[in-house]
Amino acid sequence: MSQIIQFTLNGTPVSLESDPMRRLLDVLRDDFSETGVKEGCGEGECGACSVFLNGKLVNSCLVALGSIEGMNVETIVHFKNTPAYRVIEQAFSDAGAVQCGFCTPGMVLAAYALLKNNPHPGENDIREAISGNLCRCTGYNMIVDGIRLAAKRGEGKW
Amino acid sequence: MVKSYRPRTLEEALKIRSETRCIPYAGGTDLMVRYRRGAGLAAGFDQPVLFIGQLAELTQIYEKNGELTIGACVPYREIIHQRHTPEILRQACELIGAPAVQNLGTPGGNICNASPAGDTLPPLSVLDANLTLQSLSGERNVSILSFFTGPGKTILRDDELLTAIHFRLPHFTVEGYRKVGTRKANALSKVSFAAFMLKEKEMLADIRIALGAVAPTVVRSRELENRLIGQPLTDLAKLLPEILESYGKLILPITDQRSDANYRKTIALRLIENFVLKEES
Repeated sequence: MSQIIQFTLNGTPVSLESDPMRRLLDVLRDDFSETGVKEGCGEGECGACSVFLNGKLVNSCLVALGSIEGMNVETIVHFKNTPAYRVIEQAFSDAGAVQCGFCTPGMVLAAYALLKNNPHPGENDIREAISGNLCRCTGYNMIVDGIRLAAKRGEGKW
Repeated sequence: MVKSYRPRTLEEALKIRSETRCIPYAGGTDLMVRYRRGAGLAAGFDQPVLFIGQLAELTQIYEKNGELTIGACVPYREIIHQRHTPEILRQACELIGAPAVQNLGTPGGNICNASPAGDTLPPLSVLDANLTLQSLSGERNVSILSFFTGPGKTILRDDELLTAIHFRLPHFTVEGYRKVGTRKANALSKVSFAAFMLKEKEMLADIRIALGAVAPTVVRSRELENRLIGQPLTDLAKLLPEILESYGKLILPITDQRSDANYRKTIALRLIENFVLKEES
């Protein structure tokens, strides 16, 4: 039974008539062409579909459209316009933290979710923060280096 | 396509619950995987869905007069950050999924899902947690240990919602939590263990032990705990083999893709042994 669901997507109020049990992941990709939100595992383990929901990092494959009425969704496409993103982008690039790039949007959002609350994370904090994000290329060390570098350069930008 | 409801108040939710057979959706982290149909397809729920994660009445966590109340839909991440959360419950929540899952998942969902491997169940059991079950006709408070009747089965009625979990903040001298899984994050438990001990004047004044994923429901035995309570600390090593043998009869694990029965039982008994004989540190 289709319902009208309203929420804010990247700062703009949106409204759509759809099945409330659709996954937010599919809505973002298919209805709003937000292809920076990736599907990896579809069961909340890989983090490729991460978005911010009311400012909190969540797996959009685990979120039913009907549960987000009135909430704020922010994706990598919007986040990439922020100064914080540019620090993380440059740091990931310099550290070799991006290879195939499929996990990268999720990794970037997980890095920001960490740095915003903990601007000087230790290695364990970093590994915990990206523990829900799978990367099959880098072996993670370069991503950890990238986040450490971003923390060092990002003073005051979170 | 099933019908779904997104009430604004608990009262409205209870009314829908009483009129319609529906499945309550708290954080969605279990249900969206259980009913998943693949890329581009809506989750295949087979009955109407009642969204309750947004209800203000179910998302409060607070301490009052030494008692902690956790709304059924408070996400794990908020429980982790609440300063009154007992360490064993905090550790259990930190080992559920990963941060993005902890921002969605809730203890209410974990409890009502009633998986034998539910990670909040052993700590809440040793905390002697009570559950508030509400319906339009009133509310009842039940011990978490009496809530489960089997894997995926509980005493929750079709017209009721689990609204809150509460327990007295404990005062113990030793506490222990262990989750045995394949990896640190995103692992489902092979065995989990939560316990408290109170040592006073060279005596064991109190002990509580709970085990998860080793029987159809969480294992906790007041009877076996009572056999240890009041004993001199120096006698514990001598008493333990007999106690472990009795625990062995309560531990009835299964073999599945995550682990096998023999491993689960061996590890569960060793976790008890290590904890009871542990020196205060």
